[in-house]
Amino acid sequence: MNTVKISAWLGRPLMLLLVLALAGCGGSGGSSNRNNTQTAEYQVRLINLTAGQPLSPPVVFIHTSSLRTFTIGEAATVGLEQLAEGGETQQLVTEALFSQAVLAHTAATAAVPPGGSQTYNLTISENSRSSAELSLLTMLVNTNDAFAGVSATSISSLAVNGSVTINGIAYDSGTEANTESAGTMPGPADSGEGFNSARDDIADEVRMHSGVVTSDDGLSTSVLTQAHRWDNPTVRIVITRLK
Amino acid sequence: MNKVLCSLVTAGALSLGSTSAFSAEYDITVVNLTRGIHFTPLLVAAHNESTSLFSAGSTASSNLQAMAEGGDISGLATDLNSVSATVVENPASGLLAPGASTSFQLNTGQSTTSTRLSVVSMMLPTNDGFIGLSSATLPTTVGQRMVFNVNAYDAGTEANNELRGSGAPGQAGFPTPGPVASGTYAAGTGGTGFSATAEGFVHIHRGVLGDTNSTGGVSDISSTVHRWLNPVARVIVTLRAN
Repeated sequence: MNTVKISAWLGRPLMLLLVLALAGCGGSGGSSNRNNTQTAEYQVRLINLTAGQPLSPPVVFIHTSSLRTFTIGEAATVGLEQLAEGGETQQLVTEALFSQAVLAHTAATAAVPPGGSQTYNLTISENSRSSAELSLLTMLVNTNDAFAGVSATSISSLAVNGSVTINGIAYDSGTEANTESAGTMPGPADSGEGFNSARDDIADEVRMHSGVVTSDDGLSTSVLTQAHRWDNPTVRIVITRLK
Repeated sequence: MNKVLCSLVTAGALSLGSTSAFSAEYDITVVNLTRGIHFTPLLVAAHNESTSLFSAGSTASSNLQAMAEGGDISGLATDLNSVSATVVENPASGLLAPGASTSFQLNTGQSTTSTRLSVVSMMLPTNDGFIGLSSATLPTTVGQRMVFNVNAYDAGTEANNELRGSGAPGQAGFPTPGPVASGTYAAGTGGTGFSATAEGFVHIHRGVLGDTNSTGGVSDISSTVHRWLNPVARVIVTLRAN
C-alpha cells in the first residue's frame, strides 16, 4: 500500500500544486505542512445482489478524473479483459497505476458469494480528497465476460461519517463470445477457462450485459441454468468516509 | 500562480449567479448501452413541466404509437412544438447503433419554462419497445452535469409477436432497416411468432424472448443478441456557460 501511495504522489506534482494553490486562496485552515500528513479514510462495502453469481475478488481504486477503467462503446483494455473473463486484477491494477491517477487501491483476495458482502478500507491524503473518485470492478464468475461495479463516482464532497449508496449494473467487456458453453467460464457452474486473449464477441466494445440466456430458456448449449440469471442492479456499493 | 487561480475560481462563482441573463444551452450526449439493439432517430426535447410524451399505466397517444411501432417521430415533434418546446430531431442522423453515442446541443433561448427533458426512440428489433426518458429535470446551474439512466418501455399498442413485419401503426411485426435486415445484428426469418395481444397501456418492457434459430423457430429475434437488461440508454446533460 505504501509503495502505491508513493508512486501516486510522485506522479501528481501538478495536481498537488493546484490543490496547494487553491488552498491558499481563502487563507483558512492549517499550515500546508499539517495538511500533508492528514488523511481521509473510506470504507467501501460491496454487496452481491444476485441469486447465483459469485463475484470475483474486486479491485477498488480511489483516483483522480484522469482514470477511466472502461468506457461504453470502446474496446476493453487487456486488464479489463482479464478481470471480466477470469477475475484477475493484477493487469488492471498495473494499467491503472501507469495512468498515475491512482490515489489508493486495494485488490481483494476473497470472492463475494450471492447474498454476501465484504468491506474494504482505503486511505488517501487529505490534500487529494477534493479530486477523489472511486471505481470498483468485479467479475460475475458464472459468465463468459460479465463484470459489475461502479465507474468514477465522485466522493470529494463526502463528509466525515457520511455515506453514499450506489446500485451497480452489469457490463459485458465485449472480449469473449457469450456462449455459456462448457469449459468457457471460470465460476463453479462450469470451472472452465478464465482469460483467453482471443476477442470473439459480436463487437470488441464494452456494452451493457444483456443477461445470460441459460439452458432453461432455450440455449441448449449453455451449461448455465435459470439460477444463474440476474437483473440490474447487480451489486450495491456503500461508501462511507471514516475520517 | 495563486492570483490567476483565485481569479478563475472567483469568475466561476460569479457566473453561477448570472445565468438568467443568458440563454440556456445544454450539451447532451445519448449513449446506446445495449449489446444488440439499434435505436431509431431520437426525439429530444426541452419542455414545460406540464408536458409529457407518455405515462406508465396510461394508454399511448397515437403519435407515441407511431414512434414506438415504426420510429416515426414527426407526430410527437408536432405535439411538442405546439407547446413551445425546444425540439431536436434525429441528432444521430439515422440509427444509433449498439454501444454508439451521439452528442449535440439544445438551446432553450430565453425560455424560463422549458425546465424538463424528454428523450424517446424506438428499439429495433422490437414490436413496440422504446427508450423513454420522461420529463426529467434539467440542470439549473452552469457547469452542472446530470446523468440519467434510461429504461425500456413497451407502448402497449402492438402484440409482441417478435416477427419481421411492418413499422406502420397497427400493423403486426417490426420494420427491418439496414443493420436489422442483415449482418451481426440482423433479425431472423421464418419464425412462427408468439400469440400475444397488445397490452393497452405503457409499461416497462418485459424484454424479448427470442430464440436461437435464425431461419425458423418461434421468434425472429435472437435470444443471444437482442436481449437487454435495463438501463438501455444513458443521457448526459450539462448546462454550458455562455
